[in-house]
Amino acid sequence: MQRLTNKILKPIVGGAAVLPMMALLAMLIVLLVEAIPAVRYNGWGFFTKETWSIGSLYGGVVNSGGVPHLAGASYGALSIILGTLEMSAIAVIVGIPIAIGAAIVIVELLPSKMSNAISLIIEVLAGVPSVVVGLFGLLTFGPWLARNVYPLLSHMPNVPVLNIFRGSVGHGEGLLSAGLVLSLMIIPIVTSTTRELLRQVPTSTKEGALALGMTSSESFFAVQAPWIRTGVIGASVLGLGRALGETIAVALVSGSVLNLAGNIYGTTGSIASTIVTQLDSAEGDPSGLAVSSLAEAALVLFIITLLVNVIARFIVTRSAHSTTLPVGAGF
Amino acid sequence: MLSPPYAFAQSNSYKARGLDGPTKTRVSLMRRWRGRGWWTLCVMALILLVAPVLVILVNVVSKAVAHWNFNVLWTTSAGNGHGLANAIVGTLVLMLGVGIIAGLVGVGAGVYIAEFARPSLSRTLLRGASEVLSGVPSIVFGYVGYLALVVGLHWGYSLLPALLVVSFLVVPYIAKATELSLGQVPLSYREGATALGMTKSQALKKITLKAALPGISTGVIFALAISAGETAPLLYTAGWTGAYPSLTFVHQPIGYLTYATWTFYDEPSSSIQQLANDAALLIVLLVLLLILLSRFVSWWSARHSPERAN
Repeated sequence: MQRLTNKILKPIVGGAAVLPMMALLAMLIVLLVEAIPAVRYNGWGFFTKETWSIGSLYGGVVNSGGVPHLAGASYGALSIILGTLEMSAIAVIVGIPIAIGAAIVIVELLPSKMSNAISLIIEVLAGVPSVVVGLFGLLTFGPWLARNVYPLLSHMPNVPVLNIFRGSVGHGEGLLSAGLVLSLMIIPIVTSTTRELLRQVPTSTKEGALALGMTSSESFFAVQAPWIRTGVIGASVLGLGRALGETIAVALVSGSVLNLAGNIYGTTGSIASTIVTQLDSAEGDPSGLAVSSLAEAALVLFIITLLVNVIARFIVTRSAHSTTLPVGAGF
Repeated sequence: MLSPPYAFAQSNSYKARGLDGPTKTRVSLMRRWRGRGWWTLCVMALILLVAPVLVILVNVVSKAVAHWNFNVLWTTSAGNGHGLANAIVGTLVLMLGVGIIAGLVGVGAGVYIAEFARPSLSRTLLRGASEVLSGVPSIVFGYVGYLALVVGLHWGYSLLPALLVVSFLVVPYIAKATELSLGQVPLSYREGATALGMTKSQALKKITLKAALPGISTGVIFALAISAGETAPLLYTAGWTGAYPSLTFVHQPIGYLTYATWTFYDEPSSSIQQLANDAALLIVLLVLLLILLSRFVSWWSARHSPERAN
C-alpha cells in the first residue's frame, strides 16, 4: 500500500507541475489558430494602420482572398499598441522611483513596527482590485488632476521634453491619468522586491562603509545600490509587464478609445482595454473577423508580455548574489 | 583624576570640545546637504505611496457608506431588486471553486518542483513556466477562455470556464508559495524522517507538508484575494445574471461583485449607481479580511513554531 502511494504520488504531482507549461502552450495555440483569418486579412497592416473598424454591418459579408469580412473592415492596431507602450512608459517613469525610494525608507530609516505597518499598506495596495482603483481614477483622481494639477503642468516652458505637457488638459480621462493609475499598480511589486533585497545586504559591509566616514547616503550608493541593482532592474521589468497587461483600470481611466492620444492628456486605449471594450461589438460581426482580429491583438499582447517576463527572469537569475532572489515573492 | 584622553572617552561629551558628534565634524556642508536631499526625496516617495492608498480606502468607504442600505446584502439584483446578494454568493462560489482547483494543482506543482524535480534543469523549466504564466495578462486568460471554452466547447457564459480561467491565473502563486515554504522546512526534519525509515511520500504526508502548511495557506489565501478582485478574466467567461448561482457548471451565467462595480457606475439610475459603490466596498472589505487572515496565519505559526520553543 505504502509503495503504491509512493508510486502514484510522484506522477500526480508531476502532472500538476507540467500544467502551467501546458497552459502556456495551449493559450499560444488557441490564439494562433483563432488569429489565422485576421492575420491573412490584415497582413502587415495590423502593425502599420491606425484605424480599427469592423466595417459596415449593413453592407453584408464580403469575401476577399478567402477571408469573409464586413465591407469596409479595417483592423490596424498601431494606435492601441503605441497607446499601451506610452502609458506603460509613464507608469514605469513615475512608479519605479517612488517604489524604490519608499523601500529604502522602509528598510533604512523606519523602526520595525512602522515598517511593518507600511508593509501592510503595500499589501493592501497590491490587493485592491483593479476595478476599484480604476473607478477611483475615473471618478475622483482623474477629475482632481484635471482641475488642480494638469492646468499647472500645461504652463511648462516650450522647450524639448517639457513641451509634451503643453496643450488642453481635458477632463481627467486620458493617457497621463491612465499612466499614473498604472504606476500605482506596479509600485507594490517593485517596493516589496527592493525591500527584501535591501534586507539581504550584509550589515558588516554597511558598517564598513560608515567606518570609512561615509554619510548614510554615500554608504547607500557605495554598498546597497550595487548590491540590489540587478534585482531591482528585474523587478522593474516585471512591473513593466504588469503595466502592459493591466486591463480594467486602463479601460476605465484611459477613455478606451481606438486612437492615439492627441496630447499627453488626450484619451487613448491599450491592447488589453480594447479587447475588453470591443468584444461586445465584435460578437455582432457575422463574419467572425472582428473576434479573430481581437485574438490577433491578444496574441501580440501575449508575446510582448511573455518576452518581457522571460527577460525579467533572466536578469534576476543572472544577478548572482544568491540563487533564490525574492523577486516577486509575496506576490 | 584620569588622564585627559581617557576622561574624554568616558564622559562622551563631544560638546566639551565644541563638537556635534563623532563623525559630523568631518563631513563637509555639501556632503551633509546632499545626504539630507537624498533622504528627503526618499521620504517623499514613501508619502506618495502611502497617501493614495489611504485616499482610495477612504474614498471607497465614504462613497458606499453615504447611502448604505443593508437590504443590499439579501436582495438580488434581478428585476427591480436593488441588491447584490446574487453577486456576493457568486463571488463566494467562485472563490470556493478556485480554492479547490487551484489549491490542488498549485500545491501539487509546488510539491513536485520542490521535492521531486530532478535534474535541476527540469526544475528550472517547470518553475520558469509557472513564473512566466503569472506574468500573462489576465485579459489574455479571459479571452482564451472565451474562445476555447465559452465558444469553442459551447459551454456558454458559465461557472466552469470562469473557474478554470481564474484557477490557472492563480496556480503560479500557490505553486511558488508551496515551493518556498517546503524549501524552508529545516533539514533536520527530513533527516529525522529518513532516519525513521520513512519514504518520501510518508515524510511529505506526516512531516514536511505539515511544517510547510502555514506558508502554503498564506499562498492560497493570497490566491483567493486575487480571484475575488479579478474582473477582466470573468467578463467574457462568467457572464452575468441577476439571479442566484444555480450550481450548474455550464450554460448558466453567474454574477459576481466586480461586475457590479465595472458596469453599474455608468447606469442612469442613481440607485443602481450606488450598487457599484456598495460592491466596491464589499470587495475591498473581502480582500482586506483575507490579507489580515494571511497575516494572522504567519503570526500564529511563528508563535507556535518548534524553533521558538527551544
